[in-house]
Amino acid sequence: MNKKVGIEVSLAAADAIKMANVDLIAAYPITPQTHIVEHLSELVANGELDAEFIPVESEHSALSVCIGSSAAGARTFTCTSSQGLALMNEIVFIAASLRLPIVMILANRSLSGPLSIWNDHTDVMSIRDSGWIQVFTENGQEVFDHVFFAFRVAENPKVSLPVIVNLDGFILTHVIEPIQYWDQEAVDKYLPDFKPVNTLNPDAPVTMGAFAMPGIYTEAKKAQDEALIKSKPEIIKAWKEMGKIIGRNYSPVETNQIKGAETVFLTMGSMGETVSIAVDKLRAQGQKVGQVKIRLWRPFPVEEFRKAVRNVKNIIVIDRALSFGGQGGPVAGEIRSVLYDEENRPLITNFICGLAGRDVTTDNFIDMYEMSLKMAGDKSKEEDYVMYGVRE
Amino acid sequence: MESLNVYSARLVTKKENFAPGHRACQGCAEALAVRMVAKALGNNVVVASATGCMEIISSPLPFTNWRVPWIHVAFENAAAVASGAEAGTKALIRKGKLPDKGTVFLGMGGDGATSDIGLQALSGAFERGHDFLYVCYDNEAYMNTGIQRSSATPFGAATTTSPAGKVKPGQLTWKKNMPEIAAAHNIPYVATACASYPFDLLRKVEKAAKKKGPAYVHILAVCPTGWRIPPDKAIWIGRLAVESGVFPLYEVEDGKYRITHDVPELKPVIDYLKPQGRFRHLTPDLISQIQERVTADYNKLKIKAQS
Repeated sequence: MNKKVGIEVSLAAADAIKMANVDLIAAYPITPQTHIVEHLSELVANGELDAEFIPVESEHSALSVCIGSSAAGARTFTCTSSQGLALMNEIVFIAASLRLPIVMILANRSLSGPLSIWNDHTDVMSIRDSGWIQVFTENGQEVFDHVFFAFRVAENPKVSLPVIVNLDGFILTHVIEPIQYWDQEAVDKYLPDFKPVNTLNPDAPVTMGAFAMPGIYTEAKKAQDEALIKSKPEIIKAWKEMGKIIGRNYSPVETNQIKGAETVFLTMGSMGETVSIAVDKLRAQGQKVGQVKIRLWRPFPVEEFRKAVRNVKNIIVIDRALSFGGQGGPVAGEIRSVLYDEENRPLITNFICGLAGRDVTTDNFIDMYEMSLKMAGDKSKEEDYVMYGVRE
Repeated sequence: MESLNVYSARLVTKKENFAPGHRACQGCAEALAVRMVAKALGNNVVVASATGCMEIISSPLPFTNWRVPWIHVAFENAAAVASGAEAGTKALIRKGKLPDKGTVFLGMGGDGATSDIGLQALSGAFERGHDFLYVCYDNEAYMNTGIQRSSATPFGAATTTSPAGKVKPGQLTWKKNMPEIAAAHNIPYVATACASYPFDLLRKVEKAAKKKGPAYVHILAVCPTGWRIPPDKAIWIGRLAVESGVFPLYEVEDGKYRITHDVPELKPVIDYLKPQGRFRHLTPDLISQIQERVTADYNKLKIKAQS
């Protein structure tokens, strides 16, 4: 359990997939996901991982192959980014409605156009409502840990839903970090063999993917929504179990220096680390500031989030995607909705920044904090959000 | 062995794995072809179906006509889904998690799902060499959405998106040759079939299922609704398609062509075109163009089969 390795996060993620003993990987190359699948194909080619590596002709087929494989009862993995996810889009929604426990690592990248290979969250926001469980990671260690978590949650018969592990493209995928590898024994203990309820098995034939008339479609969708909502306690349980094994504790909403904080930053993904340094600096200046991080994006942890910000007066929501023609970014929209019915609801300022890999520094966050103190609650302002650092 | 109550030189199982009670139109020769394919493949099969008529008629939640494992995902990916089920099962067998029962993996779709929107996924699965069978049920248009033209619609046919108008005489392009495209992938087995020739169809599907690697069977599926013919004429029209050389029955086994139902003297194509409402607007000039093309294509095929 103590083996710490200095390794590129993509390679560590692929090693975790190997340790999870997957049966099938289907993927199509797209930057910045490539190092993960390259290393996986190496592991298969060297006989270190006994799995089918299916080098498909498109991402659409990647997820389609995964559906066939998962429906046949195999532990199944895919990995993509950006345009790849966009091409998969149709099948992303179907995979969730089929309740198949596929795991996807999504190396977050902006969507074209203009074409850009760099990191933001526009890709994942396009499938926000697809019905997948979606978690965000802040560093390589979290990515490594969440591979096992993702399979454990997805394959839990009480859940039986696909899981996306988000990691920021380049910022995490291409960075070398010290990562604590689990012992194989610990992995095997945490992640038992996949025992599917129904499979495409000629001895017990089932029909999957039937079509629904208006008289039954609504019920099918309600059942799917309930399944996703009810997955939350199982997700929390899976994190608690992991904590017992490796001593790192994860939860749906995580806080930093929240005690006495009047203003908090809200982030998802790797920006959380930069913000934590900004928070330290601001605290040193005597500012009452803290930080909230959303790890579990879907199902959204409504109660946990409300509890985390109960005594907060001002939230700075950092969005890394746009909702064109809407009121800012998708995270801010969600947060406003979650807090609307709260008695003492905090003020919200929404910054959209870090699009397509543009650097956002600790000083930028300190600047946003100062802007926010002036803007919060100002009803005369024209827009509900700020495109931070944009040249107009 | 199942007990059969008649003696016949050519026996077919009475077991219906594509169960009766589905919602297809009267006289649907595509449903008939699906029924025959299901008979040929028996119980040990996993089916991945594309969106389309055969999916809609057989799986209205909470009912199903399928007595074998069946999955539908989307329109264009039946081949990818079938290849995933095959590869996932292969991994489980190799890792000792499943016994090897020699299950057949079948992908199926209509002409649109195969030669238009699903061509890429099918080509990918052929190229990767999965051990699976793909059956195209070709009724020569998007019948499920209301008879729109596809790349498999024949020249001159009127559909709802290639109507016979004052300027344009229906479909202006020649039918995409899907079996030849499949054969160009150098897969071990490609065949054409038609439900009007049931034993030829059954034999080809059985043979295709036994081949190691990808196999492709392209079935002409007469659609009375879309072709504007009476429902009781579907089998007859299917025979005329073969007898006129419009849809020759052949196979390509390990690269070797063989015509399985030779027609020494082709019937004139007008015999095939005339009974169908979709061709009713054709002028003698257009019919002779079609005749020329059909004769030439049939002769080309004969040369391939002789060499």
